[in-house]
Amino acid sequence: MTETVNAKGSVPDVAIELKGITKKFGTVVANNNIDLSVRRGEILALLGENGSGKTTLMNMLSGIYRPDSGSVFIDGKRVVINSPEDAKKLGIGMIHQHFKLVEVLTAADNIVMGAEERGVFLTRKRFEKTREICKKYGLNVDMEKYVYNMSVSEKQSLEIAKVLYYGAKILILDEPTAVLTPQETKHLFEILRSMRDQGCAIIIITHKLNEVLEISDRVTILRKGESVATVETRNTNANELTELMVGRKVSLAIERPKVKVGANLLHVHHLTIENSDGIEVIKNVSFDLNEGEILGVAGIAGSGQKELCEAIAGLHPIKKGAILYKDENIERRTPRELINLGISMSFIPEDRLGMGLAASLDITDNMMLKNYARGKSPFVDRKTAGETAKRIVKSLDIVTPSINTPVRRLSGGNVQKVLLGREIDASPKVLITAYPVRGLDINSSYTIYNLLNTQKQNGAGVLFIGEDLDVMLELCDRIMVLCHGRVSGIVKASEVTKEQLGLMMTRLSESEVEKNAG
Amino acid sequence: MNTIINFLFAAVKNGAPLLLGTTGEIITEKSGSLNLGVEGIMALGAFAGYYAGYKTGSLIMAILAAFLVGALAGLIFAFLTVTLQANQNVTGLTLTIFGSGVALFFGEILIKQRPKLSAALNALLSGTEIPLLSKIPVIGRILFSQNILVYLAIIIAVLAGIYLKYTRLGLKVRAVGENPAAADASGIKVALTRYVNAMLGGGICGIGGAYLALINGRGDWDNNSVSGQGWISVALVIFARWSPFGALLGSLVFGAFYVFQIRVNDIVATFPFLGFLSKIPNAFYSMLPFVITALVLVISSVQKKKVGVQPSSCGINYYREDR
Repeated sequence: MTETVNAKGSVPDVAIELKGITKKFGTVVANNNIDLSVRRGEILALLGENGSGKTTLMNMLSGIYRPDSGSVFIDGKRVVINSPEDAKKLGIGMIHQHFKLVEVLTAADNIVMGAEERGVFLTRKRFEKTREICKKYGLNVDMEKYVYNMSVSEKQSLEIAKVLYYGAKILILDEPTAVLTPQETKHLFEILRSMRDQGCAIIIITHKLNEVLEISDRVTILRKGESVATVETRNTNANELTELMVGRKVSLAIERPKVKVGANLLHVHHLTIENSDGIEVIKNVSFDLNEGEILGVAGIAGSGQKELCEAIAGLHPIKKGAILYKDENIERRTPRELINLGISMSFIPEDRLGMGLAASLDITDNMMLKNYARGKSPFVDRKTAGETAKRIVKSLDIVTPSINTPVRRLSGGNVQKVLLGREIDASPKVLITAYPVRGLDINSSYTIYNLLNTQKQNGAGVLFIGEDLDVMLELCDRIMVLCHGRVSGIVKASEVTKEQLGLMMTRLSESEVEKNAG
Repeated sequence: MNTIINFLFAAVKNGAPLLLGTTGEIITEKSGSLNLGVEGIMALGAFAGYYAGYKTGSLIMAILAAFLVGALAGLIFAFLTVTLQANQNVTGLTLTIFGSGVALFFGEILIKQRPKLSAALNALLSGTEIPLLSKIPVIGRILFSQNILVYLAIIIAVLAGIYLKYTRLGLKVRAVGENPAAADASGIKVALTRYVNAMLGGGICGIGGAYLALINGRGDWDNNSVSGQGWISVALVIFARWSPFGALLGSLVFGAFYVFQIRVNDIVATFPFLGFLSKIPNAFYSMLPFVITALVLVISSVQKKKVGVQPSSCGINYYREDR
């Protein structure tokens, strides 16, 4: 890229500037007249609730979408970005929330596949060349490793190495910390700071306020597709940012009502589970879930959480061990049998539209998914289901045109509420929720936390698979930490710190750390 | 001994058109397009190759014509699936019906002229012994005394293998076939890659069709020269586990099955203890390649390997703004 020189004879300070960017999808305005600028050597946080248009805006910089109107300036020069290729040539690199890597290729091949280099054949040299870039920025990637063997944080480092290899000077990261442990997040921030100090302009999308305050120099806040404010990070605080983001005051504290812990509901006894590839993902796991408590399950993504939930819900075979519900072994029972046995257990799966709801059916029909077979009549009872649907829409404040709208037309938060509403309406004794607030904005998240607390107060036992440790520390009564499918500890949430949890997630209990240090 | 050598010679000879069809389809699939139109493309290639050879008497013109017609069919496929986002399975099947129909239509007109290839061209196609190499016992007869198109097929397969596995361009092709969104984000031109490789693969399939018309017809035009070999090629892609090198072995095996059903009586005459083989209905032998393909599918799905399986985006259209 040739650098344009302004009148004063110096390189312009602003690396990238957006003016009046508007993007519509059909009748929905995703971005409305947005202005934004990032200086060289600066980290800008882009903050906003779900659906506020953060990712859409960044996708226009990376060439995935094209703006309907507005202009983009890079180094003071107006540019048009029509494709990811254009973005690459302009020195823009985006790390997407869902990594864009080819699983069956090595790390080095994922990088060189997009590099415009001479030579017909692939040589060993590509490993050395790609290693150099990692060294320069302190990235830890084994270039000869296949991506399918990599951990999430390795994949992320590879994504960063890739865009740096292409010469990116403007780096966009979309929710980079969502899948990282606190330690990995810390390491990522160190890398980002070192890149900033080398003159890169960095935009980081997140909705974790503490991270915004920690890493960024400035914050631009989007609300409903518009940029409402840009503030210097050092002059602001979490409460102000939330207010700007939501548009009104919100209390950030999560309640943890004190409830007397009752009888044992679920006892998981030395459980071992294999995943569909025949690999043991849960190894010898034992724990209890009692009435009136929320048990959190923390762990790096893919530590066996999904299989554990599915096994308890009767959807996944057990290899060894047992699951006791009120002292009755429920192994090898089908979900239908579990329901017929009178075991009221609700499962809110990770994949809401895949496993929890039927996307093309309306809210009423989705209410019937679990109980349609009850009753003597060969016809389904839509009337009762309709009443349930109306009740849930009202009590949970679900935004929908009507109860006859297909669920897939609703926004993520509302889909989640429909599912949660159905499960809670059956007044379960055991409620299993996997990432219930994933992808939800602050408001919806707090609604969900309140619902879970209500269940707890009603005497249900809640198994809460979560990813945000700050939330888990406030909401849960106890937290079980999984590491590579093993329990590395079950701790009281009031007696543990986030750092300790992070260490346990990577299988280092405190005593072991001391051992290593000594 | 002679029976076995003759048998293997025939296996290579009959495997070569399958090798071309398979190699073409592997290139296409590696870029993420599942083109089920191989049967139709080979029929078109058969007609174009034969007609050009008949009119010009030049083998090069015949091969070129078959390649171009095959590439044109690949272009139609790419236009429909990449640009217009049509379903790949439906487009491929339609291409089979279309190609076979068009070839038959023109073939019917051609057959009224009672065409015959020129004597010179026929002589060229009957076989070329490679100096020195053909003198090697056994191997020389099986591999190096074949017709010139067999050598071409092997060269194309080896080049295709190198192209996909060891070149920068091949890496881009694999990336597009596995994860077009990732390839796109890296700045690879996904649509162009799919167009070029669908055309390249189609062209090679076309040469496979020309082989069938030029070699198996012994100079005469046969409307049914392809008759299912395109489908066997598609199955062979699975057997070869998406590698042109695997296709070299696979086409030999499938060629052997094909020859076996014709020559089962010769073999029984030489080895009387195999007498039971001639009692099995012929249909059984024509079914065998597909049984083996099914077995390969079962074995590879049990192994759960990441390599040697269908590219993960094969058959799926890519649209950048999809969410």
